[in-house]
Amino acid sequence: MLPGFADPILDSQRAFRAILDAMDHPGRVVELPDSQEAPVPLYAATAAVCLTLLDFETPVWLDGRAATLEAVAFLRFHCGCRLVDEPAQGRFAVVSEPGSMPPLGAFDPGSDESPERSTTLVVQVETLVAGRGRRLTGPGIRVEARLEARGLPDAFWRDFRQNHGLFPRGVDVLFTAGRQLAALPRTTAVEG
Amino acid sequence: MVGPERPAYRLVRRPEIGLVMVRARAGGSGTRFNLGEMTVSRCTVALPSGAVGQAYVRGRRPRHAELAAVFDGLLQDPASRPGLEVRLVGPLETAERERRVALRGRSEPTRVEFFTLVRGED
Repeated sequence: MLPGFADPILDSQRAFRAILDAMDHPGRVVELPDSQEAPVPLYAATAAVCLTLLDFETPVWLDGRAATLEAVAFLRFHCGCRLVDEPAQGRFAVVSEPGSMPPLGAFDPGSDESPERSTTLVVQVETLVAGRGRRLTGPGIRVEARLEARGLPDAFWRDFRQNHGLFPRGVDVLFTAGRQLAALPRTTAVEG
Repeated sequence: MVGPERPAYRLVRRPEIGLVMVRARAGGSGTRFNLGEMTVSRCTVALPSGAVGQAYVRGRRPRHAELAAVFDGLLQDPASRPGLEVRLVGPLETAERERRVALRGRSEPTRVEFFTLVRGED
């Protein structure tokens, strides 16, 4: 089994800061510390997000490819989280194969009373490039941001537009590629 | 002590110190209640054999927890287990038994027997 954070306190604070920075600035690509080893097929950034945000109170859904013995053992041991079978039961979801991911509507969008209880998705993409690609506008973006995330099906973007329309309900998405991370919260409008 | 070579283990979870709540039952069988918190040290290691050794020990003893985790891993390995049973677990069991006997020897003389006389009907 692989070790978790070498320094659980400082490493999780650093990762949390990076996630916060990405969430505050949709479309911005941030880098997480390089040291994290991740179980196959998770990226270092995905492992760091899991180690930072998941604990025994967060039910987690893994897509078929992510649910390797190694990844399951890693998450159970280091995060202590419960794994669930249905996407809608997960407070977090890890998607390692975006090409065949369930529609965003399959995840929990939360309720009007507690929209914060929606699923947060961690979607592993091939590459993340800021400054080109789809146009993002909304809170946290001065005029516009551009983000290119390779490996996502067109259906994802269609779903995300619908998801944006559900506000204040809706899922939030974190993209990871290697040790890079970018966020697409439900408040962001996507064009192109 | 001649034992197995020091294995090249990795720390899966480095030694850390924390608190656990000790729960007890009144009289050993009554309602459960929180007796109090105690410090424990824990550690998890991965051995080259693939075994994962875990240990929780009483008190603030990170080094103790680490060694106990390594030996927990070694004891899972059929190759190193028999030797360790004889050279490590046996002597530790004997020492613990002797400690308990000595403790009982000290406390037994001061034991008070409580009993109530059965009174007849008035």
